[in-house]
Amino acid sequence: MFPELNNLLNTTPDQAEQGKLTLLCDAKTDGSFLVHHFLSFYLKANCKVCFVALIQSFSHYNIVGQKLGVSLTTARECGQLVFLEGLKSAVDIFFRPQEDPHPLQFLREANSGNLQPLYEFVQEALKPMDSGEAAWRCPVLLVDDLSVLLSLGVGAVAVLDFVHYCRATVCREQKGNVVALVHDSGDAEDEENDILLNGLGHQSHLILRAEGLATGFCKDVHGQPKGSS
Amino acid sequence: MAAAATCGTGTRSTGSVVVAASRNNVTSFQRRGPRASGTDSGCSRLVSIAGTRPSVRNGQLLVSTGLPALDQLLGGGLAVGTVLLIEEDKYNIYSPLLFKYFLAEGIVTGHTLLVASAKEDPADILQELPAPLLDDNCKKECDEDICNHKTESNIKMKIAWRYQLLPKMEARPVSSSRFGHYYDVSKRIPQELIEASKWHGFFLPEKISSTLNVEPCSLNHGYIKLLQFIQNIIYEEGFDGSNPQKKQKNILRIGIQNLGSPLWGDDICWTENCDSSHSLTKFLYMLRGLLRTSLSACIITVPTHLIQNKAIIARVTNLSDTVVGLESFIGSEKETNPLYKDYHGLIHIRQIPQLNNLIYDVSDVKDLAFKLKRKLFTIE
Repeated sequence: MFPELNNLLNTTPDQAEQGKLTLLCDAKTDGSFLVHHFLSFYLKANCKVCFVALIQSFSHYNIVGQKLGVSLTTARECGQLVFLEGLKSAVDIFFRPQEDPHPLQFLREANSGNLQPLYEFVQEALKPMDSGEAAWRCPVLLVDDLSVLLSLGVGAVAVLDFVHYCRATVCREQKGNVVALVHDSGDAEDEENDILLNGLGHQSHLILRAEGLATGFCKDVHGQPKGSS
Repeated sequence: MAAAATCGTGTRSTGSVVVAASRNNVTSFQRRGPRASGTDSGCSRLVSIAGTRPSVRNGQLLVSTGLPALDQLLGGGLAVGTVLLIEEDKYNIYSPLLFKYFLAEGIVTGHTLLVASAKEDPADILQELPAPLLDDNCKKECDEDICNHKTESNIKMKIAWRYQLLPKMEARPVSSSRFGHYYDVSKRIPQELIEASKWHGFFLPEKISSTLNVEPCSLNHGYIKLLQFIQNIIYEEGFDGSNPQKKQKNILRIGIQNLGSPLWGDDICWTENCDSSHSLTKFLYMLRGLLRTSLSACIITVPTHLIQNKAIIARVTNLSDTVVGLESFIGSEKETNPLYKDYHGLIHIRQIPQLNNLIYDVSDVKDLAFKLKRKLFTIE
């Protein structure tokens, strides 16, 4: 977690806001540092986190998390973190067909795909536990990232529906937060991505945008962040 | 279990290995099966694989791409478990060269190869690999060059004196490096080396004739076959740790040529809105999943200049780890530009992965051009 970013957003792990959808967006640069920031922030804030990690492996996040001061393995073992590793599950489901509905079932389907199994997985992961367990603070859903779902054949509307359902459950009912990363394609004229970005931008409370520098390349400064709510 | 230390090729000093081991017990990929996510024993076993070395920044295991200049630009080499995407140049003259360098490096260091192509038989591709420059040959040629270089370096720059302070790219072969070899493009690789190496070939016209018994998903027939083939090899030969390897652990180098071209049955090069527009991206995602859970590295060449839909290019770039674009000067107006008269084309590093780290290292120099001399492919 980055203290400067916390100062900018006026939050600390003790007083994290609730019921918010935060959109992370990057253009011409890599915005994954924002994902790492929020992951470590919410883990330190003692929230229950469901992390849908579609592009990198668990150990990547773990190693960066250790550098930022949280241990993902301990969090996963004690139940604070529910981690869906997209890459590994995709390989499993593609080569060895499973009987039970799998969160990434849409990979085997021919048409635009239905994210309902994924939503049910999230719902199951974040539902409030019965008494007798350590009480975590608000549940948080973190998705890295949504643009890759478009690459996998899911339509933009299906992704928007998924986010809407998640927001209804997590933000409204359980007073939790949702954070999602979307890439901004810029000049690449990716219509589906633009639909997704605009739709989410409209629904979200806070948009954090990481942009590359307008003047080109500079060695030490990687970009400029912009926030709007 | 004692780590079978081989000739220790390309390993760094033990100091840096210990630091890496204490910080990350597992490297950037997970392994299935009864593999102990060991601490020191795991890491020292990994380091002892021939032809690899841990990265300076984060202990990530790297392999050489076959071109030491390119390794330097990519931050030391290609990380194991990642994809190197080469955007082909317009007439596909120089990208096969990079492809062959990668495969030749694999043969010289004893890695297993998997070559997939829809155009040429993999056996033919292997015959055309460049021959490695061994130490004694290389020294003889170096001596001639060194005399020339010494006189040049003494000429001071008068007007653009700032540029003198920039480090020169290392263009001469350095004989002491075992990580990354130099190759002579005008000679063919000796037959004994090919026969001593282990390789698997996937030639699309041969494999596509059998019927498919998997339920339809939006992936192209050829891609499904290729994924199954790769997965079989990884599983059977234990690159993912599922069969405990009694012999030396090794790296699988995968090379896929002209992915996305019409020869693979993909129609993204013909129309802008195509039916199977997600085939290539889905394939790349599944490939990434396979690579991250095994000891392998992959090079893919894609004719991006043929792809009509720019959105697909952006998605393909996002799904690959390292992206290098080649732009050759043949047929373009840059050919007559006096600035470029010594060079054959430009090389653009479009993306470098940030694995296990928040930032990536980028080289200081951004304008890079390549030239194909009679024997060497150099990047300056």
